[in-house]
Amino acid sequence: MSAKNISTVFARFRSLLALALMIGALSLLSEHFLTADNGWNILRQISVNLCLSIGMTLVILSGGIDLSVGAILALAGAMAAGLLKQGLALPGSSLLLQFTTSGAILAAVIVGAAMGWCNGVAITRFQLPPFVATLGMFSIARGLTMLWTGGFPITGLGDQFGFVGTGFVLGAPMPVWIMTALVAVFMVVTRRTRFGRHLYAVGGNERAARLTGLHVGRIKVAVYTLAGALSGVAGLIVTARLDSAQPNAGLGYELDSIAAVVIGGTSLSGGRGSVGGTVLGCLIIGVLNNGLFLLNVSPFWQQVIKGLVILLAVAIDKVNVRQRDSS
Amino acid sequence: MDARDAILEATGIEKSFPGVRALDGVGLRVRPGRLVALLGENGAGKSTLMNVLSGVFPPDAGTIRLDGREVRFANPREAQAHGVGIVHQELNLVPHLSVAENVHLGREPRTRLGLIDYEKLHADTTAVLGRLDLHVAPDALVADLRVGQQQLVEIARAVSAEVRVLVLDEPTSSLSAHEVDVLFGVIQDLKRRGVGVVYITHKLEELARIGDDVTVMRDGRVVGEAPLAELTREEIVRLMAGREAKEIFQKSTVAPGGELLRAENISLPGDGVGRPLLVDRVSLSLRRGEVLGIFGLVGAGRTELLETLFGVHSDRATGRVAVDGRPVGFKSPRDAVAAGLAFAPEDRKRDGLVLTMSVAANASLASLDRTVRGGLVSAGREAAHVTPYIERFRVKTPSLAQLIVNLSGGNQQKVILAKWLATAPKILLLDEPTRGIDVNAKREIYAFIDELARTGLGLIVVSSELPEILALADRVLVMCEGRKTAEFARADATPERVLHAALPDLAALAS
Repeated sequence: MSAKNISTVFARFRSLLALALMIGALSLLSEHFLTADNGWNILRQISVNLCLSIGMTLVILSGGIDLSVGAILALAGAMAAGLLKQGLALPGSSLLLQFTTSGAILAAVIVGAAMGWCNGVAITRFQLPPFVATLGMFSIARGLTMLWTGGFPITGLGDQFGFVGTGFVLGAPMPVWIMTALVAVFMVVTRRTRFGRHLYAVGGNERAARLTGLHVGRIKVAVYTLAGALSGVAGLIVTARLDSAQPNAGLGYELDSIAAVVIGGTSLSGGRGSVGGTVLGCLIIGVLNNGLFLLNVSPFWQQVIKGLVILLAVAIDKVNVRQRDSS
Repeated sequence: MDARDAILEATGIEKSFPGVRALDGVGLRVRPGRLVALLGENGAGKSTLMNVLSGVFPPDAGTIRLDGREVRFANPREAQAHGVGIVHQELNLVPHLSVAENVHLGREPRTRLGLIDYEKLHADTTAVLGRLDLHVAPDALVADLRVGQQQLVEIARAVSAEVRVLVLDEPTSSLSAHEVDVLFGVIQDLKRRGVGVVYITHKLEELARIGDDVTVMRDGRVVGEAPLAELTREEIVRLMAGREAKEIFQKSTVAPGGELLRAENISLPGDGVGRPLLVDRVSLSLRRGEVLGIFGLVGAGRTELLETLFGVHSDRATGRVAVDGRPVGFKSPRDAVAAGLAFAPEDRKRDGLVLTMSVAANASLASLDRTVRGGLVSAGREAAHVTPYIERFRVKTPSLAQLIVNLSGGNQQKVILAKWLATAPKILLLDEPTRGIDVNAKREIYAFIDELARTGLGLIVVSSELPEILALADRVLVMCEGRKTAEFARADATPERVLHAALPDLAALAS
């Protein structure tokens, strides 16, 4: 029993332990690593992935997966940029809707939420497996982005909009503020609200949740809608930082966010994990990328190492689950 | 006979699951050409022992010897390779493969090209089906067979392999009288060829026909072991039960109140394979303060009936349901819960519990609204909300934060009861409420059912344990192959009458 307790404690803190070890090692290996500038740098670099990964955490906790977050990020960013720059010509009339900066920002989040909502409806109403539904959405959102932008970047978005990605408030970069606020909100949402509790129940045992009278469908739709909205936020940060909406933005980001969630200890089978763990997962990936860059490790080796870290994290998770189930 | 004669000998087998010691130093000896009957109540540990012997999971301690040599089966396949075959109580068939493919699954005959030799496969299958007097085509889909026929296919799978030890776990529960006769013939034949048979059953009358030795288990231990001839029926019963359901529980008499639930012509179509109607025009009524028992064999449609009443199959089911005289049309279990229904499913781990969550979270799951303040779940309010129910049902747990997976089956079931009572329901549907629960927890559950009825709830209890139904129910409804075949008042419900109505052949004669 006490050995088991130790292993649970270890399981809970193993991501933290891994992160501490990495920071320790990198501090010794590179004099540029443990500096305030580099610290902010890492936080800013992970902000986009963390926004996506919070949504991905909700989705994976519910027992699903979302392959469309990167594509929705691109679409939302392009929408915001396009609406800001050119406005929206209403078909069939000569009316042109002009968007303010906040209007464009809101539109991006709404577009993201709407795409996520479609994912949720496809999964619950039409019973598509999440993998398939979001794979379809991945392609749809990529295609819509190309149609909207014509395949060209939309640039020159103004300082006001750029503030979202490059501004500073109280000495901290804006993306870090956004990311911190979202982490705080969703930690409370998952831990302390009825929705959060129901989310864990649905992911832990969907049949039991349904037979207990939970609104399983509505919970899942909400989860995918939130993931879409968070992708919209991530799209805004990316676009604002570059002062440019790239049609190919966010390519492969869905895989990075799944990696962060998994490294953070959230179980791909649903029902177990936390937003806090995902924060650690993002930090681990961020520190790893940053450290390997500082050490002049080839980007190709960086990819290999990142892959090994993911495999290791999931392998440890599997061993833990097996121990729990057979004990 | 002495020990060296045994083909298979298990000694000192121990196996624990979280919160329950399923086997506590159990021994079993299987001799060639003899049938040892393994008897005991549900939860006595028989199935666990069989799972250990056939390699489904390893024992925590103890040894298994085959022909005197110690063996350790890593999986059922290894056990099978050593000649230990098992027919589980639950069917383990692949529904969309053919009979022949199921019978030879994992050891299909191959042609020289490495493809499946269907000609030989079908010929071999026809031969073994013939031995079991089962007249179905080898290429028929298993899903299209009756439950009894599926059971025989399962048996065919075991006997078609080279078996030296055959374990049968309640093989006759869904067989007709004729099918039972044929099966017994096959068993006698196997015995003549020197096969050792382990036979798990509840039905003592079967033993007289095929049994040689008896091993009785209770609460994870062997409590008696002797040749059949040396034991009287009364001795066996006393060993098995320790206490009969009626002895461990005294039902109180309450005059039932007004009608709570009325269901008319409930039908549930199957999903295209097997029986066309899983539930076939069943009507029932439940009054306040009443316990309605539903008895039937495996596959009789009892669970499907409860699920239909609870709104699980609203897309397919037909029929009328009224609660408190008002017609209702539940679209989902959510509607049923809102109308005051509660449902404790048979398979607790699959359908009843969220194993990844704590005792408190499971107990509050159906009534989380009551623990929310300012939009947030308060741990203090949650504890205050569920604690009275956890205490009322005497759930043994180190703390509310304990993961539910670490509790014993009995305590898990009590948490499910606590969960539902926390919603203040009017009607409680219980599907096999004491499955896999030790005798003490069983007695407590019986007392709770009785107490809940006294407080004015209406309860429907589904069970395949006849003594349990007879002890608990004010009225007994009997189902067979989806239909309601009889209904008895408590005073008229004798074991013979109820069983008669539940058996397929006899029920057909009666109707």
